[in-house]
Amino acid sequence: MSQSGTVENDGVGRLLLRSSGNTNVQLGVICLLILAVMTALRPDMFLSSYNFESMAFFMPELGILSVAMMIAMLTGGIDLSIIGVANLAGITAGTLFGYLAGEAGAGSLGAGAVILGVGVGLIVGALAGLLNGLLISRLRITPILATLGTGQVFIGLCLVLTGGPAIVGFPAGWTWLGNGKIAAIPVPLVLFAVLCVALSLLLSRTSFGLRLKLIGTNPKASLFAGIERGRMIVWSYILTGGLAAMAGILLSARTNAAKSDYGASYLLQAVLIAVLGGTNPAGGKGNVLGVALAVISLTLLSSGFQMMRVSNHLIDFVWGAFLIAVIALNSLRGRKGR
Amino acid sequence: MKLFNNADVVIALILLVAMVFIGLVNPAFWQLSNIFSLLKSNVVIGLMALGVLLVMISGGIDVSFTAFAVAGMYLVVRSMVALDYDGVILPFLCATAIGGLLGLMNAGIIHKFNMIPLIVTLGTASVVRGLVLGLVGTSNVNINQMPDALIAFGRTDIATLERANGTTYGLTAMIAIYVAAALCMHLVLTRTMIGRSVYAYGADPEAAKRVGFKTGRTMIFVYCTAGALAGFAGLLHSSMIWLANPRDFVGLELDVIAAVVLGGASIFGGRGTVLGTVLGVFILVMIQNSLILMGIDTTWQRVVVGAMLLAAVTVTALRDRRALV
Repeated sequence: MSQSGTVENDGVGRLLLRSSGNTNVQLGVICLLILAVMTALRPDMFLSSYNFESMAFFMPELGILSVAMMIAMLTGGIDLSIIGVANLAGITAGTLFGYLAGEAGAGSLGAGAVILGVGVGLIVGALAGLLNGLLISRLRITPILATLGTGQVFIGLCLVLTGGPAIVGFPAGWTWLGNGKIAAIPVPLVLFAVLCVALSLLLSRTSFGLRLKLIGTNPKASLFAGIERGRMIVWSYILTGGLAAMAGILLSARTNAAKSDYGASYLLQAVLIAVLGGTNPAGGKGNVLGVALAVISLTLLSSGFQMMRVSNHLIDFVWGAFLIAVIALNSLRGRKGR
Repeated sequence: MKLFNNADVVIALILLVAMVFIGLVNPAFWQLSNIFSLLKSNVVIGLMALGVLLVMISGGIDVSFTAFAVAGMYLVVRSMVALDYDGVILPFLCATAIGGLLGLMNAGIIHKFNMIPLIVTLGTASVVRGLVLGLVGTSNVNINQMPDALIAFGRTDIATLERANGTTYGLTAMIAIYVAAALCMHLVLTRTMIGRSVYAYGADPEAAKRVGFKTGRTMIFVYCTAGALAGFAGLLHSSMIWLANPRDFVGLELDVIAAVVLGGASIFGGRGTVLGTVLGVFILVMIQNSLILMGIDTTWQRVVVGAMLLAAVTVTALRDRRALV
């Protein structure tokens, strides 16, 4: 990158030049652009508060899954089992509620049971992540294959627990997690924001985050620097699993149901959003803000498409094409930078 | 040139043990009709697995081939219905060509942008499925609309036998296509320069380049062949079940990858044999189909397949273990 070409006094030009190197600013601009275009095309529908509210309810699930994917990618790995983990967490909690409530129906359960359910769901996620982490660090299985296999096992366990059909009817407190509001702000959005801030601090301000990135940047150097690679990888997958479980809890809370194949299309989208948000799938690079901006812009995009009555399948096409375009651009830019 | 290497012998032994075990639990396993139906279930997965084997030897992974299979199958069958065309050879050539062209897209993106194959193929799979379902249609082509020639082709049998109660069952002729494809793949991989370049590229891309292999050509060969096999297998599948469903094959990519890994191929590239893959496919299909015979609830099927995949990758990971420094 040459900085010398434009020695101008124009402050705006310098600002633009500097910001063009920053992915997050680009993403912010893309966000605003999509917002502007969609508003111009469908002003009355797109800008309605109803539209924004519905986006605020379903975006956090995808956002949390994408952040989970980003954390797995930081060490140069990938987690293809997040959808299985998410559904397993929701289904385990649902099965637990059914068991606790017995004949009375899960709707009658109080806050205590809900907290227990959230705890159990998160523990399931952490255990699933622990399994992934151990397979990857101890047995040195490639992350792709390890999580492909565990993902199958988790979805299979979902099927075994439910027998096929969806579990419906969760306690009122549980559905509040997915549909309630705190001071007019949807609960999932609040949770997502809190998680983003916490994880952002964890990754950028602690030695844990720094060591994770170093493992992804240069495994050999990290080994010589005395970083316990195996333990760090296990922790990163536990974190990924816990986040995926959180997304599963929100998904089952919003829909008041849990099934083995809910959210299957989220897997590709989570990979796409993580990559779009500036995460390097080869490891070492990634930040929470970028992923958050990417999920916002893609949610705006797909909501706009839905309003223009584009079929869901064509939206899938757009997601895939977007993913390829992004990696192509990143690759071209990387080559120029070298 | 040895026909058998050690890894293949181990896989064959596992297969034998599993067969004996299933046969002990339920002797119905050994009935000729069951064996024939097992062989029949091998054909489509096996053809796709040959393509995936090629990709894995080259050090990549492909999750888009099921989408290509759907594209080949559905586009061809729908155009046959629309044009009122009845035939066998031309449709199969078209399906193969569609798969091959889509594979070329994979090869181009992966080679040009030097990008991780998993992410590229996730993207192209979504693109192709989205286009087929969004632009061409989502409705099944059922048996009453399916071209007669395709149905007749799909039900050709090599041998037909009669049960005691007078009904007949046969060994599908498609197995011959599968065997021929496997044999061709084996010869290409072991006896030709392009086949050896796949192994070389998988073991070390940089070294392969310096030795003088044109790696771009190798990538095109790998992904086009994988796509072409998938397109062919897709149409074959629909002619065998007399139905073209554009939502078919969802999740099958995991089974196929599991079969190839079971067959001893290494995801790091450079390792894998056709014989091992054929055996791996047989083990996977046999265990999936025999769960019912063994009295295990079908809801456990995904768990069993996942556990098998994990066991297989653990074994290969221990074998391929390399030090980090």
